[in-house]
Amino acid sequence: MSNLRWKVVTVVAVFVIFAAVGVYPIVAQRYHITQPTWLMDKALKLGLDLKGGVHLVLRVQTEDALRLVADQESERLREELKAKNVPVAKIETPDATHIRVEGVPPAQDAAFRQVANDVTTNFERSAGTNGVYTFTMRPNVQVNLRDEAVVQARQTIERRVNELGVTEPSIAQQGTNGDEILVQLPGVTDVERAKEIIRSTGLLELKIVEQGPAPTREALLVNNQVPEGMDIVPGAASGATADAATVFYLVKKVAAVSGTDLRNARVSVDENNRPAVSFTLSNEGGRKFGKVSGENIGRQLAIILDGRVQSAPTLESRITTEGRITGSFTQEEVQNLSLILRSGALPATLTYLQERTIGPSLGADSIRSGVLASIVGLLVIVVFMLIYYRLSGVNAVVALIFNLVILLGLMAYVGAVMTLPGIAGFVLTMGIGVDSNVLIFERIKEELEAQRGVRASINAGFGRVFWTLFDTHIAALISCAFLFQFGTGPIRGFAVTLCIGLISNLFTSIFVSKTLFEVALSNRQQVATLSI
Amino acid sequence: MHIFKHTNIDFLRWRWHAIALSWVVILAGVFVIATKGLPKAVEFAGGTVVIEQFDHEVTEDQVRQALDRNYPGGGHDAVVQAFGDPSTHQVMIRVPAVGSESGASLGVEAQKVEDALSKAGLAAKRQGAEIVGPSVGRELTSKGIWATVLSLIGILFYLAFRFQFSFGVGAVVATIHDLLITLAFLAFFRYDMSLNVIAAILTMTGFSTNDTIVIFDRIRENLRSMRRDSMNHIINVSVNQTLGRTIITSGTALLTALALFFFGGEVLHGFAFTMVVGIITGTYSSVFIAAAIVSLWRGSAPTRAAAHAPAVAAPTSQQPQRKQKPQRKARAS
Repeated sequence: MSNLRWKVVTVVAVFVIFAAVGVYPIVAQRYHITQPTWLMDKALKLGLDLKGGVHLVLRVQTEDALRLVADQESERLREELKAKNVPVAKIETPDATHIRVEGVPPAQDAAFRQVANDVTTNFERSAGTNGVYTFTMRPNVQVNLRDEAVVQARQTIERRVNELGVTEPSIAQQGTNGDEILVQLPGVTDVERAKEIIRSTGLLELKIVEQGPAPTREALLVNNQVPEGMDIVPGAASGATADAATVFYLVKKVAAVSGTDLRNARVSVDENNRPAVSFTLSNEGGRKFGKVSGENIGRQLAIILDGRVQSAPTLESRITTEGRITGSFTQEEVQNLSLILRSGALPATLTYLQERTIGPSLGADSIRSGVLASIVGLLVIVVFMLIYYRLSGVNAVVALIFNLVILLGLMAYVGAVMTLPGIAGFVLTMGIGVDSNVLIFERIKEELEAQRGVRASINAGFGRVFWTLFDTHIAALISCAFLFQFGTGPIRGFAVTLCIGLISNLFTSIFVSKTLFEVALSNRQQVATLSI
Repeated sequence: MHIFKHTNIDFLRWRWHAIALSWVVILAGVFVIATKGLPKAVEFAGGTVVIEQFDHEVTEDQVRQALDRNYPGGGHDAVVQAFGDPSTHQVMIRVPAVGSESGASLGVEAQKVEDALSKAGLAAKRQGAEIVGPSVGRELTSKGIWATVLSLIGILFYLAFRFQFSFGVGAVVATIHDLLITLAFLAFFRYDMSLNVIAAILTMTGFSTNDTIVIFDRIRENLRSMRRDSMNHIINVSVNQTLGRTIITSGTALLTALALFFFGGEVLHGFAFTMVVGIITGTYSSVFIAAAIVSLWRGSAPTRAAAHAPAVAAPTSQQPQRKQKPQRKARAS
């Protein structure tokens, strides 16, 4: 009998542990009982669909990161060719992964190749025909750049969301190409501000103005083309209000200083007491900026944010590490802007694919109906099992309650999140969970009818059914695994609930239920009947 | 207590009737889907859904009129439905349009709907919103189909490994049958294909094999103890032996699915409906379809050669076999 004693101890221990982790925190929260923090940290977490909040799916336009590298390398190539006195007719980037060079003089073909090999390390050079070369970005470089862009975007979003002060945000990569970012912000109500802050590229560039401002883009073209190594950027005229007409600046394509050299940004005011953002550059950035600003005193410096000139002050002296962005900003805009600059630029633009908002009352409604459905489902099954299997029904009901306690405890322990479909999984686990008990009980009935003893029938019932249960549970776990793979957010919560429910069901229906039978029979010498 | 005591129904005799009945339902479903399509939820179709709460009772018609008058393009494409408990005065409004994915304007349509309502004097508070760009749906659809197909293949291989190939085929055909019947009913009752419904369908593929496996397991067991009987006889005996259990467990699962359907709230309606249909058709197919497929696949030859147990092993052998239950000494019935 000591064997049985150990089984009982195991069953009771498992119950106590899982009840402590899974059920106690919920009850304590409901009735405001204080409890140790280590237990609270483990409490079952509610998903966004139950708690309320904002759910956003963004896609990182990884093309942008490739285009940036293509632009940089083609610029370096241009400068290097100029320095080495190799004249070419044209250098262009027709798309994000190609550089095309035309008109390489035949006499300087070898010199060109030499320069190209040194400069364009990320590209594969085609054999040149008639002085035309095409450079294609190496595939492994493309893959790396895309991966980096998504990871960097995720980290930047993380920093921004943390500055927003959201509790327990969740930011994860997803999607078949891995280029989607899922952002979940529980309890957030100001959706628009959150979206704006997450999505802003926050790319700050300081560029020397060559010409402008001009009222139209065309006025800055030379021979109907943008001059080589230059860019035309729109912006508002210096000191103008927001609704002033757009003007255009011709600026150097390569930035003197960019957001990566930024060390800090904070809210300040300009000389007219209007809101502005002051920034501090890193030592390295300050050195670069000092050189450029010293060489260009008297010229205009365009402060460009996300491809738009915010202001274009005239450089009056050499500037090193301190600068200020002025323009027609509101107080909230400068707050957001300094937050965005502090958290760093996004390496690529983001597009919104999906946006879901769940108000707190909607979540509360879902919890209420989910709990109601669970209680009704549980009651219906308990009543049925007690009527149909009488005393053995008690056994099944105990096993079922065990199952639910273990399910809640395991979910809390592994940090799974309870979602609305998760509650559905919980309810279904009850309905499908008693299946195992029914299978065993029906088998015991058959064995009893075959005139075998009660103990032998129980043993046979459990023994014979074990592999059947094993097979059905494995098949269900297979489809659960694919469900998990398929789903995101709430659906994953559902798949996790089902999977854990299946595993705990295998334990309760076989081990717990059998132990209960053994306990019931242990005090009786001769067992003639079984209430089943 | 017994619901079915010693039934002796010749299920295989009815197999052609059952298969014909299933085809009728499936073809009707195909017809409805081909002519009217499967309604898609916003996750798949893209578009804008808002749930608005009014401070007084507002009828669906009032909302529709407000949209007709003030929403750009009118409200004829909009779906307007009361949402949740009537005392909360909540209305769900769905429009197919969605803002541009680039830029922060994905949510402009929700704003336009609200503007249209407030212009008509229906002040509302947004309780929730779901705004999905067009590129999400395509990806989800293919992911859903792949997940279903892969899980079917997984089950086929597992059953082929644990039983015999014909059993795997039987179970997978029965599951595909359940899928098609469920889709047909979703089309008949015009439920939106949503993520939750897909989740329910995937769950169903797991659990509709459940009943089937229990029956197959009994067939496997009886193949060893009834070696002189024909396959069809063994199938019939096995289905009858497990009938009580099949009905009871489907009953309990059905009861919980019904609890979800009636009490689980608006959001889970489609999910619960799919589960209810799935459980009923899953039970029907395990009894009438799955075993019939096994018998058709193998023909009704004597079972000796086909039995899984080695031919030399005597039926009463106690020799343990790997991954098989101990042999039975006596027949159960």
